[in-house]
Amino acid sequence: MRRWIVIGIPYFWLLVLFLIPFLIVFKISLSDTASAMPPYTPVLDFANLRAFFAGLDFENYGFIFSDPLYTNAYWASLKIAFISTLLTLIIAYPVAYGMARAPKQWQPLLVMFVILPFWTSFLIRVYAWIGILKKEGLLNLFLSNFGIDPLTIHNTVYAVYIGIVYSYLPFMILPLYASLEKLNPALLEAAQDLGSPPWKTFWQVTFPLSIPGVMAGCFLVFIPAMGEFVIPDLLGGSDTLMIGKTLWSEFFSNRDWPLASAVAVILLFMLVIPIVLFQRNQQNQREAAR
Amino acid sequence: MKGRMTWFNVTSVALGFAFLYIPILLLVIYSFNDSKLVTVWGGWSTRWYAGLLNNEELMKAAWVTLRVAVVSSTIATVLGLLAAIVLTRMNRFPGRTLFSGMVFAPLVMPEVITGLSLLLLFVAVGFDRGFWTLTLAHTTLTMCFAAVVIQARLYDFDKSVEEAAMDLGASPLKSFMQVTLPIIAPSVISAWLLAFTLSLDDFVIASFTTGPGATTLPMKIYSQVRLGVTPEINAISTLMIGVVALGVIVAALSQKRAMVRQQAETRAVDAGAK
Repeated sequence: MRRWIVIGIPYFWLLVLFLIPFLIVFKISLSDTASAMPPYTPVLDFANLRAFFAGLDFENYGFIFSDPLYTNAYWASLKIAFISTLLTLIIAYPVAYGMARAPKQWQPLLVMFVILPFWTSFLIRVYAWIGILKKEGLLNLFLSNFGIDPLTIHNTVYAVYIGIVYSYLPFMILPLYASLEKLNPALLEAAQDLGSPPWKTFWQVTFPLSIPGVMAGCFLVFIPAMGEFVIPDLLGGSDTLMIGKTLWSEFFSNRDWPLASAVAVILLFMLVIPIVLFQRNQQNQREAAR
Repeated sequence: MKGRMTWFNVTSVALGFAFLYIPILLLVIYSFNDSKLVTVWGGWSTRWYAGLLNNEELMKAAWVTLRVAVVSSTIATVLGLLAAIVLTRMNRFPGRTLFSGMVFAPLVMPEVITGLSLLLLFVAVGFDRGFWTLTLAHTTLTMCFAAVVIQARLYDFDKSVEEAAMDLGASPLKSFMQVTLPIIAPSVISAWLLAFTLSLDDFVIASFTTGPGATTLPMKIYSQVRLGVTPEINAISTLMIGVVALGVIVAALSQKRAMVRQQAETRAVDAGAK
């Protein structure tokens, strides 16, 4: 009995406030826009169920797939999320590796310093980069000391890469560190004793053993980056299309809620596979830890 | 893994940390800039901070943000604790896979999707948008983070002490409250702090789920950021960073003290047993 209360409360909460909202999004994506408040035709009208089903159609989806504005935004998001995940991995790996080799008593402190930026506001950290990257910003001020012409980075896709790598770096470092820290040094010594050069030991022993951490880190960066809104909006300017920004402007500027819902449903379908893989990876790691 | 740190290791850690901290550091330094122009250093000044306190709208937004953060993180910690117990202690019940999916999915779900879906729920059931819808939304997101933090602690928890309490006649509830909870308390506190700061910092979900009269501080910051970089925004940002940093440091210190005390107790028990 008590067991069912413990399970029931969080289960019920998540069903009502996490799962059911998705079903509503899906339903509304099938309805038509109306210029009322709320700006869509009512979805549930039990008195007239037949009219309700007749009113549902895939019009919004047809529109999204026929308009290059939306398909380009999906492609651009995929591309930007993929490239920045790769960049984050390349930058995070040596940092996590160095942390794992640091003296034991320093490691908790180093971990805390990686986590600390995660606790400060995302918005503020992205904002900090505007001051650095903009035309008359601190980076160009610094470069002018060396006679280098001002660079145009703010309001380009490069600023978006920098923003994503910077904001999500802790999410990559922590799982990498966790898997590297567990690595048994005897394995590395054994490889060395058998005459393996360091780079070969790295690729044949260290890296394969850190794969669970690499996977977890990549999912933690890739999935949220796909739907990112703040970074492309503040750093990418009007030229950078990303689907999170498109959804935002459909919702807030055009007030087309059904279309915004359809955009969200397609994004969700694109993310289902990585989310399921992420979950499985987490579960495997938990079971391995037992 | 341990071993000697090579120069390459030291340099990569140093560069990584420099990359993480220099932007924040610059932002903090320039909040004390006397000049209105962000790139021109006009000497030290705290005048932007004084201006903030007189900005009534900003103070109102800060108050809303703080209230939402306290209420939502408190509910979220309780729910997260329950969810963590379910994830670690209850292995077989119908729908377990769905449950763990619902706990982990919000961690990576793009915020625009979570925000939109919650808003559509509130509209569908006719819930007026404002303080409470925002609080419910933040509770839902942050309880998942709280659950992950607490379950990590419950996994390496020595269950035998709990079993000992039950063998001595304590009910499962009593043994949990009097034995387990005090031991995992530091992780519960860090779960609360994490939930609190996530709520404090959230901008995207808040924009979807709040209503007139409940504008939050990040929303105010965003609308000003769109107009350009100003020392005032640097000043609010610095204050927010300061509050969070203080909280984290206090939590870390108290956790360390709890650990030292625990070790001392264990030593005393060991000494008594000899």
